[in-house]
Amino acid sequence: MRLVNIRPGRQTRFYLLALPFLLVAIAYFAGSSARLTQNPNDKLLPALPSMVQAVKQMAFEVDPRTGGHLMLSDTVASLGRLGSALAISTVAALVLGIVIGLLPGANALLGPFVSVTSMVPPLALLPILFIVMGLGENSKIALIVIGTLPCMIRDLAMKVQELPREQIVKAQTLGASTWQIALRVAMPQTLPRLIDVLRLQLGPAWLFLIAAEAIASDSGLGYRIFLVRRYLAMDVIIPYVAWITLLAFLIDVGLRLMQRRLFPWFASVRAE
Amino acid sequence: MSAIRFDDVWKEYGDHIVLERVTMEVEPRAFIALVGPSGCGKTTLLRMLLGEEQPSRGQILVDGKPLLAEPDADRGVVFQRYSVFPHLTVLQNVMLGREFRDAKFSARLFGAARRAAAADEAMKLLAEVGLAGQESKYPSALSGGMQQRLALAQAIMRGPKILLLDEPFGALDPGIRADIHVLMKRLWNETHLTVVMVTHDLSEAFGLATRVIALERSRNRPEERERYGATVSRDLEIFPRRRAELRSSVQPAPAGTTRSGKEHQPGRPGALVLKEQP
Ligand SMILES: Nc1ncnc2c1ncn2[C@@H]1O[C@H](COP(=O)(O)OP(=O)(O)OP(=O)(O)O)[C@@H](O)[C@H]1O
Ligand SMILES: [Mg+2]
Repeated sequence: MRLVNIRPGRQTRFYLLALPFLLVAIAYFAGSSARLTQNPNDKLLPALPSMVQAVKQMAFEVDPRTGGHLMLSDTVASLGRLGSALAISTVAALVLGIVIGLLPGANALLGPFVSVTSMVPPLALLPILFIVMGLGENSKIALIVIGTLPCMIRDLAMKVQELPREQIVKAQTLGASTWQIALRVAMPQTLPRLIDVLRLQLGPAWLFLIAAEAIASDSGLGYRIFLVRRYLAMDVIIPYVAWITLLAFLIDVGLRLMQRRLFPWFASVRAE
Repeated sequence: MSAIRFDDVWKEYGDHIVLERVTMEVEPRAFIALVGPSGCGKTTLLRMLLGEEQPSRGQILVDGKPLLAEPDADRGVVFQRYSVFPHLTVLQNVMLGREFRDAKFSARLFGAARRAAAADEAMKLLAEVGLAGQESKYPSALSGGMQQRLALAQAIMRGPKILLLDEPFGALDPGIRADIHVLMKRLWNETHLTVVMVTHDLSEAFGLATRVIALERSRNRPEERERYGATVSRDLEIFPRRRAELRSSVQPAPAGTTRSGKEHQPGRPGALVLKEQP
């Protein structure tokens, strides 16, 4: 049988899925134990018990200096920044994407501008943001917004333009005004696509969040990683990276579920 | 129910002449079938009637007035595809036109009584097109034929004067197509529609229409293709004459009235209760 025709069954699929994770884990722990037998004080590849110990301390013990649980407060701070930035980006992208996608005039006015701004490397703007907005929360949120918004607008406007022309004409023959077309035809069909666009921007959003926190912050997951880096505390860094990955993954799964739940009609449209 | 007049209409895309010298007169309540080889400009002609495209030369008149340059509620349309909204259920699709009309800002009907009245009307129409019991499904769960019937109901709910159909039944198998033809005839008889339908199927054209109009290029050599557009080459009135009947009020026209005068009689449409917009 040709490889293109071989489909793994349910069980095989599960094993296949687990395999790369398992291989990485094995490679890590093999390397870790090899280094630790040579030098028990090696910090580069900590063993599982020391990571568990570090997590216990970060997540479940009260930090004497701040009086809180560090991992929790870091997570809350980071997710707060990420959430508010993505909320701003999402709402702005929805409005501007529909306006640009639906109105040829708005497209002529803003389309090229958005394309150009989406090419600006956001991290290069970070110093400007710090100078203009200070080192507080605003500049971090602004960085994430600047890093994600232009791409989201561009993608979403494209999705609106991809709606069959027939639908827009049909709505007009049913007497719809521009506003009514936007409200009842374009927006409801844009919302599930907005979730797709948002999922694509999650990666960049985390990147900008960690970068901003690494450079100037006093809390957050990125801040912690770069702080403990000075002591080569790999036993903290590795669990933190795993935790960030898990959070990002869960947000992605949540968005996908939301899309399926809220827009039951969308799956068959996308399949076409 | 509108008279349409094409007055020496040309359509060019850059150097490419698609249509030339199209002149014709369509009487109110006619059912025109537009036939012609692929690429001769049938869809283009329909899109000009819709107001989606403008003629390069000449003009189109509806009831003596120049055609509005954008689509409006007087001209309903059913395309070959994408005519219904995938994000709305069957019932919502049919009610959409009413919501556009009655709720300028929210485009939604609020208030149980208002909703119920519109939904009632929509359900009657859905039963009429054989979609009773499907009202809460999404279009993707319907067959192609059902989607086209839904598109018809959706267009008719808004009460257009002219109905434009672009190969609406082209993709359907013959059995379903026959069903839809029966439905189409009934709708045409029961409402005050002037219908223009593009089709590739001659038996459909001759079976439904009052008049069959063929578009054709006069010159077809490859080097002449783009320089000469298609024009009306045949204009056949179906014999014996087919007329839209007004089911409920069949009154002989008083002596001296013209035929079109008779057809303008505001007879109540039969089973369909369609309020014309003031
Ligand atoms: N927007 C456009 N720009 C340039 N050329 C166009 C455009 N629309 C249509 N044409 C040209 O006009 C000609 C007629 O197209 P049209 O779609 O009206 O044909 P048709 O008669 O509907 O064909 P079919 O039966 O295959 O649907 C084609 O040669 C096409 O290339
Ligand atoms: Mg066509």
